[in-house]
Amino acid sequence: MFFDQLPQFLLSGLTIGSIYALIALGFTIIYNTTGIINFAQGEFVMLGGMFMVACTRLLNLPLPVGMLITLMAVMAVGVLMERLAIRPARHKSIVTLIIITIGVSIALKAGTAFFSKDSFTYPPFPGPEHVAVGNATLPGQSLWIIGTAGCIMASLWLFFHFTIRGKAMRACAINREAANIVGIDVERMSSLSFGLSALIGAVAGIMVTPTTQMAWYRGTELGLKGFCAVILGGLGSSPGAVIGGLLLGLLETFGNYFFSGYRDAIAFSIFLLVIFIRPQGILGRK
Amino acid sequence: MAHLQVQGLHKTFDAVTAVNDLSFEVQRNEICAIIGPNGAGKTTTFNLLSGVLPADRGKIFFDGNEILGLPPHDIARRGMVRTFQTVSLFDSMTVLDNVKVGCHGKAGAGLFSAALRTPGLRREEKAITKKAMEALKLLGVADRAYDQAGSLPFGQQRLVDIARALASDPEMILLDEPAAGLNAHETTELASLILALKNRGLTVMIIEHDMELIMEIADCIVVLDQGMKIACGPPESIQKDPRVIAAYLGDED
Amino acid sequence: MTHKRRELIQYAVFAAFIIAVPLVFQGRQSYYVSMLALAGIYAIVAIGLNLLMGYAGQISLGHAAFFSIGAYTSAILTTRYEWQPLAGLVPAVAVSGCAAFVIGLPTLKLKEHYLAMATLGVGLITYSLIKADPGGITGGVTGIVNIPPLAIGGFTFDSDRSQFYLIWAMAFLIFVLSFNIIDSRIGRALMAIHKSEVSASVLGVNVFSCKLQVFVLSGMYAGLGGFLYAHCSPMYYLNPDDVCHFGLSIKLLTMVVIGGMGSMWGTLLGAVGLSILPEALRVLGSLLPAGVNTSDIEMAVYGLILAVIMIASPRQRLKKLLGLDKPRRVEPPKNVEA
Repeated sequence: MFFDQLPQFLLSGLTIGSIYALIALGFTIIYNTTGIINFAQGEFVMLGGMFMVACTRLLNLPLPVGMLITLMAVMAVGVLMERLAIRPARHKSIVTLIIITIGVSIALKAGTAFFSKDSFTYPPFPGPEHVAVGNATLPGQSLWIIGTAGCIMASLWLFFHFTIRGKAMRACAINREAANIVGIDVERMSSLSFGLSALIGAVAGIMVTPTTQMAWYRGTELGLKGFCAVILGGLGSSPGAVIGGLLLGLLETFGNYFFSGYRDAIAFSIFLLVIFIRPQGILGRK
Repeated sequence: MAHLQVQGLHKTFDAVTAVNDLSFEVQRNEICAIIGPNGAGKTTTFNLLSGVLPADRGKIFFDGNEILGLPPHDIARRGMVRTFQTVSLFDSMTVLDNVKVGCHGKAGAGLFSAALRTPGLRREEKAITKKAMEALKLLGVADRAYDQAGSLPFGQQRLVDIARALASDPEMILLDEPAAGLNAHETTELASLILALKNRGLTVMIIEHDMELIMEIADCIVVLDQGMKIACGPPESIQKDPRVIAAYLGDED
Repeated sequence: MTHKRRELIQYAVFAAFIIAVPLVFQGRQSYYVSMLALAGIYAIVAIGLNLLMGYAGQISLGHAAFFSIGAYTSAILTTRYEWQPLAGLVPAVAVSGCAAFVIGLPTLKLKEHYLAMATLGVGLITYSLIKADPGGITGGVTGIVNIPPLAIGGFTFDSDRSQFYLIWAMAFLIFVLSFNIIDSRIGRALMAIHKSEVSASVLGVNVFSCKLQVFVLSGMYAGLGGFLYAHCSPMYYLNPDDVCHFGLSIKLLTMVVIGGMGSMWGTLLGAVGLSILPEALRVLGSLLPAGVNTSDIEMAVYGLILAVIMIASPRQRLKKLLGLDKPRRVEPPKNVEA
C-alpha cells in the first residue's frame, strides 16, 4: 500500500520541499551577506501571497500584472526593513538583531491582520488541473511550484556567479571587511540582500497560496520551516538550503503518513536533532 | 621539580603553525619572561597553558600534574591564573565586584545558599570581600573599590585586572603584556609590583616587549620566533645571543 | 542612604502596592484584580527570564514551554489523577526544572543564534506535542477543564482577591530570592559571563555550569508560574494556545526587554505594563472610531516595542542625556621599540 503511494509522496514532498527551499534560500542570502538570521523571512512569503490576493481578487488585475506589483511591493518592504530596522542597529549584538527581526515580523503580521484576519486564496495558475505522473496525481499548481523554484534557483546561481552585483554579495559573505576595503558598498549589498530575499519569499508565497490558502498568521510557520530547512542543509550554504528544503519537504510528507497530526512536530524535531548532533547541517561549514 | 614543565607543545591554525613543538621549564618563584617578535606565538602559548585554546599535542605539567586538556576554570582553580593583552574588565560592575569574581573558584556557595542568604553564604561573602580588598590594596587601587570599573583610567584598569587574577591566591600568574599602554612611571610601578609578587612566593610568567622592564626583573627568558624556542636562559646571556639579535633585527645580508 | 536601607524601602513600597490593589479595586472593578493577578504570574516567569537574559546574557525564545510544562503537570495530576491541588506544586516546578536541565545541556553549548533557534524549536515542539495529545493526557487543542483551585488548610483560593494575594506573595518571594542571587557569588559570575565568557573562565568560573544553573532556575520559575496559572486561571482551564504559544514566549521576552534587560524592577514593571496593555488598548479603542480591532494593535505594539527598544536603546540614550554615563579617561597607548 505504501509503495503504491510512494511516487505520490515523493512528488508531494518535492512540491512543498520546493517552497521550503525557496524560503531557505531567502534566509541564506541575508545570512551570507550580513550574518543576520532574519526572523521576518516568513512574513515576506505571507505578504507575497496576500498582496497577490489583493491584486487578483480585490483589484481584479491579470495574473502577470498582479505578480509584478506583488514582487515589487514585497521587495520594497524588504529594503525598507533593512534601512529602518537593521541598519541603525548594525553594530549591536546578534541577539539584539534577532529580537529586532522578531519585532518587525510581529509588526508586519499585525499590519496585515489589521486589513483582514481571514484566509484567502486564488485559483491555481493556468494549466491542467491535475497531472498524472505514473500512479501519482498532482495538482497542476505543483508543476508551477517545482518549475518556478527550479528557475529561481538557476537564476540565483547565475546571478551569484556571473554578475558583478552577485559576486560582490558573495564577497561580503566571505569577508565583509575585506569586501568593504576593496570598495564594495557593503551597506548597499545589505539592502540588496534583503530586497532579494524578500523577492524570493514573495515568489514562494505567490506560488503556494493556491494550494494552501494564505492568512496573516501563516508567515511564522512557513518561515520557521524554511529555517529548519536552512539548518538541515547547513547555515550559510545555498546548495544546502535547496537540499535542506527538499529533504524537509520529503521527510515531512512521509512522516505525516506515519504519524499524522505530528507534522509540525516532525519538522521541529528534525531541527533540534540537527542542531544538537550536527549543527553545521549537511553542507555547512563548521 | 619545576613549577611548570612544557613538553612538545604544538598548535596549528589551518596552514599556520603557531606553536611548534615547544618545550621549556619554569622554576618555582621565578620570574620567567617570554619574548619574541610579533606573531612569534607568545600569546598563543599563554592560551594553551591556561586552557583557553586546545593544543594539538604536547604535555603541560603544572606542579607535577598534567593539565593539558583541562578547561580554563579548572586550571585557574589549581592555581594558574592569567591576564589578557586587552584588558576586559566587567565594566558595568564595580571594581570590587570585579575582583570578587576572581575569588569565584575558591568559594563554594551555590544558587540555593545564595537565594536564601544562608549564614554559610554570608560568611563566605565576608571572606571574599576581605580577600578582594586585600588584592586591591596590594595593587594600590583600593580607593576606587566602589567605582564602576569602566570609569577607571586605563592604567588603573590594568591594575584591577591583575588584582582580579590575584584574588584567588594563585601559585602562578601569567601576565600578557602588562606594560602595554602604560607610561614610564606606571611601568616602574609595575616592575616593583611584579617583584613584590615574587616576594610573596608567586611564580610569574610575563610576555613583554618592553626590554628594559624584562631585563630588570626577569630571572629567566624564553625567546620565541615563529612558534619555536630559539633561546632560553638568564637575561645576560639572552642579550648577547646572536640568534635572538637576528630574530629581532632580521637577517643581515 | 545605605544600599540595604534603600532595598528595604523598595520592598516595603512593593508590599504596600500588593496589599492595596485588591482593596482599591472592589466590586465591579475586581476585574482589574484578576488582570493584575495574571500580571503577577507573568512577572514570576519574566524575572526568571531576566536572570537568564539580562544577567547571564543568554536568550530563550521558547520559555512558554517551561511555563506550560509546569501548568500541564499540575493540571494533569490534579484532574486526571485527582491529586490535591497544592501537591501539584512540587511536581510542576520539578518537572519544568528537569525539562530545563535536559534541554539546557545540549543547548547552552551553542552560540547566540543557534541558542535562540534551539530555544525557539523547543517552544514549538512543546506546543505541537501538547496539541498532538500523545496518550490522551493533555487534552489536545481542547485542553484541560475543571482544574481545582488551590487550598491550604481549610481555606480555598477561589476568589479574585485571594488568588491575587497568593500570586503576588509568591512573586514577592521570588523577587527577594532573585535579588539575593544577583548580589552573590553566582550573580557576579553570571554578569561576568555576560561580559566575557573567556575572562570569567580564566578566573575560575565554570561557565557552562553557571549557565545551566540559571537556565534551570528560570525554568523552575516558569514552572511555578504555570502551576499558579493552572489553578488560578479565570476559567480553571488550560489549553495550548493560552500557555504554550510562541506569542507568549515573545510576550515574556518583551517584558524583559522593555524593562531594560538586567533590571529586576524594570522587568516587574514590564510584566505589569504589558499585562495591562490589552485592557488599556481596549479603553483606547473605545475612544477611536468603530472597526479598529485592538488585539491587532496590541500585537503591533509588541512588535514595535521590541524593534524600537532594541534599535534605539532608549535607556542608554537616557543615561547619556542625564549625564549618568561617565566617560572614561584613556591614556594613549605607549609605542615601545625593543
